[in-house]
Amino acid sequence: MAVTRRQFMKVSAAGLAASSVGALGFVGAGDALAAGVRPFKLERATETRNTCPYCSVSCGVIVYSLGDKSKNAKSSVIHIEGDPDHPVNRGTLCPRGAASLDYVHSPLRLKYPMHRKPGTDKFERVSWDFALDRIATLMKEDRDKNFIAKNRDGVTVNRWLTTGFFATSAQTNEAGYLTYKVMRGLGMLAIETQARI
Amino acid sequence: MATMQSLDIRRRSASTETPPQVRKATVEVAKLIDVSKCIGCKACQSACLSWNDLVEPVGYFQGSYDNPMDLTPTSWTVMKFTEIEKGDDLEWLIRKDGCMHCDDPGCLKACPAPGAIVQYTNGIVDFVSENCIGCGYCVKGCPFNVPRISKTDRKAYKCTLCVDRVAVGQAPACAKACPTQAIYFGSKEDMIGHAEKRIVDLKSRGYQNAGLYNPPGVGGTHVMYVLHHADKPSLYAGLPDDPKISPLVGFWKGVMKPISLAAIAFAGVFGFLHYITKGPNEVSEADERKGDDLAGGKRT
Repeated sequence: MAVTRRQFMKVSAAGLAASSVGALGFVGAGDALAAGVRPFKLERATETRNTCPYCSVSCGVIVYSLGDKSKNAKSSVIHIEGDPDHPVNRGTLCPRGAASLDYVHSPLRLKYPMHRKPGTDKFERVSWDFALDRIATLMKEDRDKNFIAKNRDGVTVNRWLTTGFFATSAQTNEAGYLTYKVMRGLGMLAIETQARI
Repeated sequence: MATMQSLDIRRRSASTETPPQVRKATVEVAKLIDVSKCIGCKACQSACLSWNDLVEPVGYFQGSYDNPMDLTPTSWTVMKFTEIEKGDDLEWLIRKDGCMHCDDPGCLKACPAPGAIVQYTNGIVDFVSENCIGCGYCVKGCPFNVPRISKTDRKAYKCTLCVDRVAVGQAPACAKACPTQAIYFGSKEDMIGHAEKRIVDLKSRGYQNAGLYNPPGVGGTHVMYVLHHADKPSLYAGLPDDPKISPLVGFWKGVMKPISLAAIAFAGVFGFLHYITKGPNEVSEADERKGDDLAGGKRT
């Protein structure tokens, strides 16, 4: 765009005049003082109580999600923060717990069973039925092969030492009790969670 | 901006309108950061990012626990770690840095954009991004070096004291998350009372200089610290011992503002009077010819 010197001077003068009028307080009175506070982003979001999955402290969290769970609304987690009514943390969280929204939406998050077949280097998605059957089969095979019913002195010990079980920390006392009962019932000794059942 | 709640405004940058003054019931709020209880876990930083939908880019390790190394447009609060050696003894001071929400905010005084910085009646100082022109005057006006200008949108950003949460009666995200109760939130009166108890406790544990950091140079702040060495705040990663708004801000925005506005008005009035009495300058044919000669015979 070609601008002559005269045009340039005119535009500059007009700009200066406009900003001077502004500085003298002749404009902007209409919307003055109308600025409100940024809206609270969780207004009417669905609240779901849950337990932080990171460590054995198992802090209570509230998961805030989009949508009211009506039939055509797809929920999506929009915010997570501490549950003030939870006796463990009373609303507080550690840096990882406070950032757990990223954990929910992480592209690396494992959402379903994955299986790496012998001889390949790729994981592929499998069904829960397949995964559970496969795990049960392998457990049975290993237990049949390595179960120790009696020790050297002939005392009955019923040990299965070649497989371990790693359970979640984010579980209730009852689920912890069941984990322990079921696995010890099979003779397994290496049972662990971050929460120490 | 449509909101479901609002707070009265006490001050508004670069504006001459009088804010509503009749409602006095608003409680002045304050955040109390007890440096002696802080374990440096950065839950406050994490909660701040999460609440305000901020993403701090992954940085580089620079030989310090500070991460990021300083406040950024996306990190409105940062833990500052300072190691103080006293003979064989090492003292590790950890301070949560961020906006202090001064009662007499230097940023607001310096800001030339109408309504870009507001102070609510509860004491919170907030930046209204829609009105920000990205000039950076708030950075110069701040005695604590807090505002940061984003390279993405050239607007200034800083801690809002979660004004959106406070307006609906909740504590700021950092205060809620803190697992050691090093960050307290409540009315300013209650926070001063709580701090006094903490100071008595710290003194009984041998910190004779424990005290409250609520600097009078900026009219007091709505983010206060309990320091075990309140006699030397600068130990804590350069917390100003006696913060004051730069006298230049007071000069340009105080004394000079009416003078310069009067000068502008005078220039406008003078120009108008000159125009109607003398009219515009006329260029005569002789002037044009003289000009052509000076330009080497070519018409420009």
